[in-house]
Amino acid sequence: MTPMFEVVSNEILAENLHKMVLVAPRIARARKAGQFVMVRLAQGEERIPLTIGDADPEAGTITLFIQAIGASTRKIVDTPVGGSIRDVAGPLGKETHITNWGRVACVGGGVGTAVLFPLVKALAEAGNEITTIIGGRSSRYVILAEELGALSKNLLITTEDGSLGSKGFVTGPLGEMIADPARAPKAVFAVGPVPMMKAVANMTREPGIETIVSLNPIMIDGTGMCGGCRVQVGSETKFACVDGPEFDAHLVDFDGLSDRLTSYRKEEAQRHAATDCKIAKEVAK
Amino acid sequence: MSNDLSPKERMAIERVHMPELPADERSKNFEEVNQGLTPEQAVAEAQRCLQCKSRNCVAGCPVGVSIPEFIDALASDDLPRAAQVLRGDNALPAVCGRVCPQETQCEALCVRGKKGDAVAIGYLERYVADWAMQHPEELIAVEAPEPTGKSVAVVGCGPAGLTAAGELARQGHKVTIFEALHDTGGVLRYGIPEFRLPKEIIDREVAVLSRMGVTIECNVIIGKTLTIPQLRSEFDAVFIANGAGLPTMLNIMGENLKGVYAANEFLTRVNLMEAGRRADSSTPILQRDEVAVIGGGNTAMDCVRTARRLGAKRAMIVYRRSETEMPARVEEIKHAKEEGVEFIMLTAPIAIVPTEDGWVSALRCQKMELGPADDSGRRRPQAIEGSEFDLPAGIVINAVGTSANPLLTATAPDLTLNKWGNIVADEEGETSIPGVFAGGDIVRGGATVILAMGDGKRAAAAIDKYLKR
Repeated sequence: MTPMFEVVSNEILAENLHKMVLVAPRIARARKAGQFVMVRLAQGEERIPLTIGDADPEAGTITLFIQAIGASTRKIVDTPVGGSIRDVAGPLGKETHITNWGRVACVGGGVGTAVLFPLVKALAEAGNEITTIIGGRSSRYVILAEELGALSKNLLITTEDGSLGSKGFVTGPLGEMIADPARAPKAVFAVGPVPMMKAVANMTREPGIETIVSLNPIMIDGTGMCGGCRVQVGSETKFACVDGPEFDAHLVDFDGLSDRLTSYRKEEAQRHAATDCKIAKEVAK
Repeated sequence: MSNDLSPKERMAIERVHMPELPADERSKNFEEVNQGLTPEQAVAEAQRCLQCKSRNCVAGCPVGVSIPEFIDALASDDLPRAAQVLRGDNALPAVCGRVCPQETQCEALCVRGKKGDAVAIGYLERYVADWAMQHPEELIAVEAPEPTGKSVAVVGCGPAGLTAAGELARQGHKVTIFEALHDTGGVLRYGIPEFRLPKEIIDREVAVLSRMGVTIECNVIIGKTLTIPQLRSEFDAVFIANGAGLPTMLNIMGENLKGVYAANEFLTRVNLMEAGRRADSSTPILQRDEVAVIGGGNTAMDCVRTARRLGAKRAMIVYRRSETEMPARVEEIKHAKEEGVEFIMLTAPIAIVPTEDGWVSALRCQKMELGPADDSGRRRPQAIEGSEFDLPAGIVINAVGTSANPLLTATAPDLTLNKWGNIVADEEGETSIPGVFAGGDIVRGGATVILAMGDGKRAAAAIDKYLKR
């Protein structure tokens, strides 16, 4: 009936981070930077929103960067080359508004860097002069440095433990850029953990630098139907799946978003405990 | 069994009672509440039909089922003929027999209802449809239609899309349904709970269409994966039935707190993703002792009865008018009450009260009284000053309605929309784009399964005419 989506490559980029290429010709043709797909591995599994990292319309493939931290994403990245994923629907969400601002800063934290990648690529194609700042807890969590370096005029890396690049947070180098009139960006794109995006928004608000963030709230259908992904943006309630996932950082209620992301913490912990228990039992055998 | 009865004998038969699972048992599981009639009950009920000349019931049916004819066949215990008549008019009889509001449609117009009880047309439809599913070998074979060589794209695999697909396939057109979700049925699957419409029934109805040659492609979002202009160039005609979509927000304080669901999210998690229904479902759902559902329609009833089954000790309907004005089916209200659902009437929500850590702790309400009738003909609720009170709740579910989904229409600029974003279509379903038809909730706003099916049937007839021009 409905075709499955074949995995043509699956490589490990960093701890728990996979780059997976899937056959999805229609999505590959339709997709624009900033959009995502809803992925469901098999019958009974969760629907997971994943950013489309890249696409090759001629080969009919899309690239997904998948951080395998939850039970569902771990199962997805376990799919071998030649295996297939049952459901991939998209491209969803609005495409990034790309224009030539001149000088832009692109800021990525952790797996947010993967979401940032297609934006950097599209911004580079539009002729922007890009400074990319990426960071992670340690060198193990810094991803796509080579790929992003090739598209950017400058690539700056920060790690919390100083194991790679400069020690500290991505907001450090961004603050220096903003303070220097010769380097100050016209626009900032930031993707990463909510506290990071909030910190970036607070830095660019006063100087009035246009700042775009890509949000990752809890999502079920991805087509606007369920309203689970709602976020407060200015005075309005927006649905990240149809109105976003990118929004004006200066209007987003980051605290509300953070809080809603914890809705199922207890349920998920119980599920993980159950899975780990099962694994422990299997091992004990 | 003889169907040779006098009108007096027919009049003497009392309306059948649908066998149901006991309320205390069923309110703890998701098994179907209505158990279906026995063969004896079905035939006796069919014999209550007077076969009157006026055939008012047919006029009350949005898809125009030949009700007296299928009931006559059933009264004579000729199930193959009853099934043939029913299937000829209705692509989804096992669904309609379960979820249609018969009391306001066919049964409302039954002459027997003038003095006493109407014939239980819905129960009989269900009986015949279920029999047909269980006895495929006994069905009267339908000759495959001559292929016309024309192709039709149907957008959406819900009640309108499935009905149109069935009708068009019967005319010999090649039909492809595009569905955005990963499974078939649309609202029948993600919206209507298992205890009212088992998923197996949807699977079987869809299988009938597949056998008729209808192709279904899931995971294709029209407006995103493909657009209406693309479909228009690849198919001879297009029928858009992609449903309603976005939940209407209450626009009250606290709506983004943890524990506040839109009905669609709550139902989709449980119905489509099996959260709380299957122990090992990967999709989580919150469970709390006190659940308040806002609204008075069938969706509200589905939510509150689902919450009860997930373990809520107090599952409550909060509705701003009185029970008389509730749009939900009478049977749903009755079942909900039997299952221990509390009905808090003439009460409107004004805010959702948070706990210190951002969860729902209560629904702040205001008592209402009914004033003069409004445009809808229902008495308008007015707030009673100083009547505010807090209803303790751990989960609040908003079931007040939905509005038009812009996903498809955003990439179809030639499609004329009304001020609410719904597609404008004429009586036959034709839109502003030649060869593109539309029906169901995307045209009507939130309505019922059977009205959507009626649209699908009328549009299919118009598409057939258009293709044969």
